[in-house]
Amino acid sequence: MNPTQLLILNGTLLDPAKGRLELGDLLIVDGRIAASGAGLRAQAPDATPLDVAGCYVAPGFIDMHVHFREPGQEHKETIASGSAAAVAGGFTTVCCMANTTPAIDSDTQVEFVLTQAARVDRCDVRPFGAITKARAGNELAELRLMHEAGAIGFSDDGVGVGSAAVMLKALQYVKMFDGLISQHCEEPTLSGGCMNASATALRLGLAGIPAAAEEVMLARDLVLNRRVEARYHVQHVSTAGAVELIRQAKKAGLPVTAEVTPHHLLLTDAACGSYDTHFKMNPPLRGATDVQACQTAVADGTIDCLATDHAPHTPEDKAQEFDKAPFGVVGLETALPLYAEALVRGGRINWLQLMEKMTTNPARILRLSDRGALTDGLRGDVVVIDPDKTWRIDPAKFRSQSRNTPFTGRRVQGAIRYTVRGGRVVYTAET
Amino acid sequence: MNTLPPAPERFIWNRSHLLGLEDLSAAEILAVLDTAGALREVSTRSIKKVPALRGKVVVNLFFEDSTRTRSSFRLAAQRMSADVLDFSVSTSSVSKGETLADTALNLEALGVDAIVIRHRSSGAPHAVARVVRCSVINAGDGGHEHPTQGLLDLFTIRQTFAPRGKKFSDLHVAIVGDIAHSRVARSNLWGLTRLGAKVTLVGPTTLCPDQFAGLGAEVSHCLDDVLPRVDVVNMLRVQFERLASAAFPSIREYSRYFGLDEARLKRCRPDVLVLHPGPMNRGLEITSAVADGPRSGILRQVNNGLAVRMAVLYLCIGANSFAAKEF
Repeated sequence: MNPTQLLILNGTLLDPAKGRLELGDLLIVDGRIAASGAGLRAQAPDATPLDVAGCYVAPGFIDMHVHFREPGQEHKETIASGSAAAVAGGFTTVCCMANTTPAIDSDTQVEFVLTQAARVDRCDVRPFGAITKARAGNELAELRLMHEAGAIGFSDDGVGVGSAAVMLKALQYVKMFDGLISQHCEEPTLSGGCMNASATALRLGLAGIPAAAEEVMLARDLVLNRRVEARYHVQHVSTAGAVELIRQAKKAGLPVTAEVTPHHLLLTDAACGSYDTHFKMNPPLRGATDVQACQTAVADGTIDCLATDHAPHTPEDKAQEFDKAPFGVVGLETALPLYAEALVRGGRINWLQLMEKMTTNPARILRLSDRGALTDGLRGDVVVIDPDKTWRIDPAKFRSQSRNTPFTGRRVQGAIRYTVRGGRVVYTAET
Repeated sequence: MNTLPPAPERFIWNRSHLLGLEDLSAAEILAVLDTAGALREVSTRSIKKVPALRGKVVVNLFFEDSTRTRSSFRLAAQRMSADVLDFSVSTSSVSKGETLADTALNLEALGVDAIVIRHRSSGAPHAVARVVRCSVINAGDGGHEHPTQGLLDLFTIRQTFAPRGKKFSDLHVAIVGDIAHSRVARSNLWGLTRLGAKVTLVGPTTLCPDQFAGLGAEVSHCLDDVLPRVDVVNMLRVQFERLASAAFPSIREYSRYFGLDEARLKRCRPDVLVLHPGPMNRGLEITSAVADGPRSGILRQVNNGLAVRMAVLYLCIGANSFAAKEF
């Protein structure tokens, strides 16, 4: 048996990059995809076999929006626990946000995250750097130094860049080295609430975050970027209005990409009705028309990719009063079946298209040309999916250090069987 | 101690908590009002005390400043012979970082029967009710509900209009002011609509959003239009901190359009009832001539509040262990 060769046998290959869906085998040699197609056994008689009959074989998932809390809040999540959660959810590449304590706003901080991730060595962890120093929105952080140290892009996520002047400079500056700006769109003067501004918020007596908070900053950025044309990505789209702005911008040929989360594809703000803080996140859950608009936008390509915004918090954090509890929910370990429920089961897209939005498209946005497809020569990052397996979401079984999911107890369909990174099996489902 | 007045016939109450009026049925609301009606008589006696809650412990857990509601609950509990514990937040472990749930569990471990809670966060009483087994009574949570204020307003309205042969379904009530942030407005809205009254919410667009129309109320931004059509005007307190958020330009401009003075009172029906939850900003949302005039029910509200809170305490912690026929 050759340990440097892995042969995944009898699966259904889903290669979104080629639009390919066929029964076959996949051979990984020395960490790279060596061949895919029917009857590879003869070609690699010594390879370690992995029989996955009845399963899909797809490129490893890529989540360009997670929070691993290291450094500074290791009681919520570490790069180790986050990586374990990632591979359990089928993700082989994740991009962690810069809102740690302190913020990732220098090249040494970027190197720290990369070093920790290499030590853990389960999942490719790529840090975003902050756009502004300490994410305070005032001065540009050392963007180019961070870029050269390995920052995948830049974001002050958790907050938007409030100043139009600072945002314009950031777009102009990253254009110099073709960097990526990923914006949390939330106009600060319109914000300050703790759930969607809606009849439900009025009923509950909770301060609202209006859809306009997201749309105003997005519209502003699109105007600013019209003349700059930097790479600009919209995080966690939540409103029908934001979808429409992105749709129009794409029609006009502007460089904009966008992501949406599982919870914004499935839940509405009605879920906040019992003051359960597991439904408190930012952007907040919106109305049914917003959910529909987000689903449609994924189907028609307005929203390019899916991202969990995995945001771990302790039970103590979430046990606080609704207006005081922190925003955020975990998502890595439940992403696949929830996306499938929102998008595939409802007939909006098929499995191949779902894989495109979880692999090929984020790889393209992030300029990671060595992954996101099953092409020969790419990294041997592969996920094996059992599309029919039904299971009940039980936070007690999470690998993540945190349990704050809004989907506790939900019956879902579709599970990760194996996650393979660089030809090495990094996750095997309990049977 | 005196003997007990007879309890009302209608007795539909199985709750140990009072978290809000939104969840209550019309029958439950009427059960409180009827119980309060019977208990009001206790306060007219020379010895203002009945033994209904003897041996029970009620804790006032107030995270926000309050004089009248706190005093009213305290006196209500005492008139029912309960022991009262006043929990002062500034001197407690809350200021040392204790969570709300821990505070409540510790109080429960002391053996209290009811926690009367006021908190600046909407939903805080609901969070407490999820972790304790004792009764939880909401004395005002953020901008959500203030159910005993709603009940005492309902009581005062019924007290005024029942002798004139009018039922709630015959009445039209205007609630005027900062509706968006008012827990009093919400409790009134739920209680009044549940009993069949018509409610119009009145205030500037920034403080009285049209979305309230989806919650069963009419919404108006013109007080002068509304006044001739209503039986009750409930004037909410102007909250000065809203000035900083630029919800309205000045006190002067606010009171010009949304203040109730004698000239405006003349637009009302002659038998209109004027309410205010207090504390009043005299000269701003209501002039002294109106507040102290013959149409005002404001001091009756305070008086009725005591009976309503006695009733709520009795129903939540006493009714199960005493014969329901007697207080």
